[in-house]
Amino acid sequence: MNETRHHVTLTVNGVLREATVPGRRLLSDCLRHDLGLTGTHVGCEHGVCGACTVLLDGEPVRSCLTFAVTVDGHEITTVEGLARDGELSPVQRAFTECHALQCGFCTPGFLCTVTAFLRDNPVPTEEEALEAVAGNLCRCTGYQNILKAVHRAAELQAELHAEEDR
Amino acid sequence: MTTKLFGEPVRRREDGRLITGQGRYLDDLGEGALAAAFVRSPHAHARILDIDVSAALDVEGLVAIYTWEDLPGALAEPLPLLIPHPALTHGRTAYPLAREIVRHVGEPVVMVVARDRYLAEDACALIRVDYEILKPVVGIEEAVRGVHLVHEDVPGNVGAHLVQEVPGPGGVTARDAIAAAPHTLEFRLDIERSACMPLEGKGVYARWDADDGSLRVYSSTQTSTSVRMAIAAKLGLPLPKVEVVAPDVGGGFGVKIVHPWPEEVLVPWAARLLNREVKWAEDRREHFVSSSHERGQVQHVRVGFDDEGRVLGLDVEILHDHGAYTPYGIIVPIITSTQLLGPYKVGAYRVEFSSIYTNTVQVTPYRGAGRPQGVFCMERTMDRIAAHLGRDRTAVRAANFIQPDEFPYDQGMTFQDGRPLIYDSGDYPEALRLLKELIGWDSFPEEKARAAAEGRRIGIGVGCYVEGTGVGPYEGGHVQVTSDGRVHVSTGLTSQGQGHETVFAQIAATELGVPIEKVSVVTGDTRRFGYAVGTFASRAAVMSGNAIALACRKVREKALRIAAEALEADPRDLEITDGMVHVAGVPSASIPLATVAVLSNPLRYAFDEEARRATQFAGAASDDRPPVAEGEEPGLEGRDYYSPVRSTFAAGMHAAIVETDRDTAEIRILRYAVVHDCGKLINPMIVEGQIHGGVAQGVGGALYEKMAYDEHGQLLNASFMDFLMPYATEVPRIETAHLETPSPLNPLGIKGAGEAGVIPVSAVIAGAVEDAEDITIARMPISPSDLYALRQDR
Repeated sequence: MNETRHHVTLTVNGVLREATVPGRRLLSDCLRHDLGLTGTHVGCEHGVCGACTVLLDGEPVRSCLTFAVTVDGHEITTVEGLARDGELSPVQRAFTECHALQCGFCTPGFLCTVTAFLRDNPVPTEEEALEAVAGNLCRCTGYQNILKAVHRAAELQAELHAEEDR
Repeated sequence: MTTKLFGEPVRRREDGRLITGQGRYLDDLGEGALAAAFVRSPHAHARILDIDVSAALDVEGLVAIYTWEDLPGALAEPLPLLIPHPALTHGRTAYPLAREIVRHVGEPVVMVVARDRYLAEDACALIRVDYEILKPVVGIEEAVRGVHLVHEDVPGNVGAHLVQEVPGPGGVTARDAIAAAPHTLEFRLDIERSACMPLEGKGVYARWDADDGSLRVYSSTQTSTSVRMAIAAKLGLPLPKVEVVAPDVGGGFGVKIVHPWPEEVLVPWAARLLNREVKWAEDRREHFVSSSHERGQVQHVRVGFDDEGRVLGLDVEILHDHGAYTPYGIIVPIITSTQLLGPYKVGAYRVEFSSIYTNTVQVTPYRGAGRPQGVFCMERTMDRIAAHLGRDRTAVRAANFIQPDEFPYDQGMTFQDGRPLIYDSGDYPEALRLLKELIGWDSFPEEKARAAAEGRRIGIGVGCYVEGTGVGPYEGGHVQVTSDGRVHVSTGLTSQGQGHETVFAQIAATELGVPIEKVSVVTGDTRRFGYAVGTFASRAAVMSGNAIALACRKVREKALRIAAEALEADPRDLEITDGMVHVAGVPSASIPLATVAVLSNPLRYAFDEEARRATQFAGAASDDRPPVAEGEEPGLEGRDYYSPVRSTFAAGMHAAIVETDRDTAEIRILRYAVVHDCGKLINPMIVEGQIHGGVAQGVGGALYEKMAYDEHGQLLNASFMDFLMPYATEVPRIETAHLETPSPLNPLGIKGAGEAGVIPVSAVIAGAVEDAEDITIARMPISPSDLYALRQDR
């Protein structure tokens, strides 16, 4: 009973990575166990909690509902790839500033989700920010500080862009 | 730079790794380890007739299959009953793998070990277990009828029965006091099951070192020290040959304090037997059907009171559903029955509980640990008294409060730690005043009238609680200053996201007078600290925080003594600031703590600059004195323990304003206010975070979460699709105010804060919905469908 294995090539956090995986291998397991990027977490294995959210060609997807073979040739960003040149991203900085994480298990999913959201909507309203994080479960924080962090991240991102423009 | 960090909202040092994907949770470890998976019972109650593994043997990558019959020695015995109690006359625990009978859906029957988890599950799917299905016992009422039994040798399905009586003035019994009271009420309350649901399930990873004959186990646990002792005992290994480490843990909330879970002994056993690394990471469905639940109770209440609403007698009968097994004893109903009293003086109190077996997942503490049920009972009682008398609900509560000048206040009962239920300190009238101000209690009637004029229904609710925190028996702390000036702190209890690394570093930095950057903290690693109890009962900051403070004080005392010799000063004139020991008021007469660390060790090889510099301070050794004086130890380190005489009692009060939809019966929380008193705050930012998270779990328990068992004992909502945990859209913004009534019981004056937020939420929401709807609420959680049905019945 040997499974057919498939060769996949992914660009993960800007680096070309290769793996040989069975067709049923989940992207979450491929990232975590084949590529050693364990920052992406799996909280429910059925696409509800959002802890496993990664960016697929820039868009948030649930890596626990995605087969690795289906993203052959695509670009993936995981939590390990959010910081640039050792500098925390605005979203990462905001999360720690606002105490938006406790156990940290769900946090990578929130960070990826919010990163994509603020790229598309750099100045969100309260309502929009709430909507943006409403697909991710957190059992520790009660979300209040996560919402605060979304707005703080928007500020930090604006400051960063202003600096880059100078 | 200031080193007085106690009380400051210091940013968490845990965050750096957790926001960059560099945290290390259980399943992030052990790349290449074999994977374990379990065949679990699909039936709530059945006899195992045969287990046929033959079809699984051809699965690629299969390494081993184990059933109960394979288990040797102590491993084949039932798992330990951790907390026996004389009232628990029929305690029963499960075998690590089922022996003959399964008693709930999800009970482990077969363990499979294979090259990876996919293959292990392939093999599980091919193992055929034949069962003779037995009649399942589901639901408290079915169980107490006792027609069918969960355990053949437990008559009536009653595991424990306990009556506790606290007579009133003149020795009057509660029942007599109620009979003689001007007013009496009698009613029934129901609370559903919920569960901790940490985002990370349980998990175990074991490495056997055959050369060394030693075992290292990583477990996503709330108590690594006790898991270690359990493994050593169950596997017959010398304790020093077993080490257990709790890595980053993705939430606990109680479920991970139970130990050993079957997997915590089976996985290390297999690793040793196979001489291979073995890992098991629980999946979400497994967590629903095999990890603990909590909360389910039915309460029958009788209360007698006077015209002011003062309780003269209270008589509560509790039926507590503890599921199929009792590994954690009857802690939950004991806490319910004792903490039910809250901030109140009730004239006479009688509480009787029966702890009942059902063919469902076992019940062990979930954040709050029986308190939410007790507070629900007492606060519903207060609201009913107020309604009966037509008095303001807060006035009735105030009439029953223990007053600030009455502390220490003895409630006349025995608490969960076996110690007297004596409240150490508190200021309940002030807390209520703050809460009423925060929520706008007195002006709410106008707000309600305005809303009504717009066709909207809103209501306000209030709930008060007292929480015994920091239960003993002890925790310890170890502090070592090394010759590079770094401070290494360790404590045995574990962390699941509470920020212990940060708050313990704040304590150590403050006590020792060093920059916090110099302090590192390790928790839950038996290689660093072997004696501990664990993280539960809002005890970590109180217990380990004080132990670390005491250990730091030992170190400080020794540092000052050594520095005094070197500086030829009186130790009483010395202080430590920013890592420098100096004569108070004379900054030039100073010596770095790093140098003191070198001086503390007579063996001074010049490995580093500090050791080379230190030689200048080496005093002339006396020829007739040993280099390490009697009673001394080399090194600048200290170990101490904190063991309290009894728990310290935190308190709080919550209020909420809800709106109910006239058509859909949807319940929306418009405002949520919390006044919280956990004594002195170490880190207000972290305490706020704990409260937010607790309230969110409370909202889940009040409005959404329940374990939907059908009559066959099948859990119908065993996924996040169907078990409705709140998202950001369901949790209101929480407004908080703090009161700081220090505990007189411990050196730091602190009380626990971990569980507080969750405790009164169901009571508060019930009161608010009742106020909005003018319908009596006696059962939680309350869904829109439930509320709609109540409206129809009106």
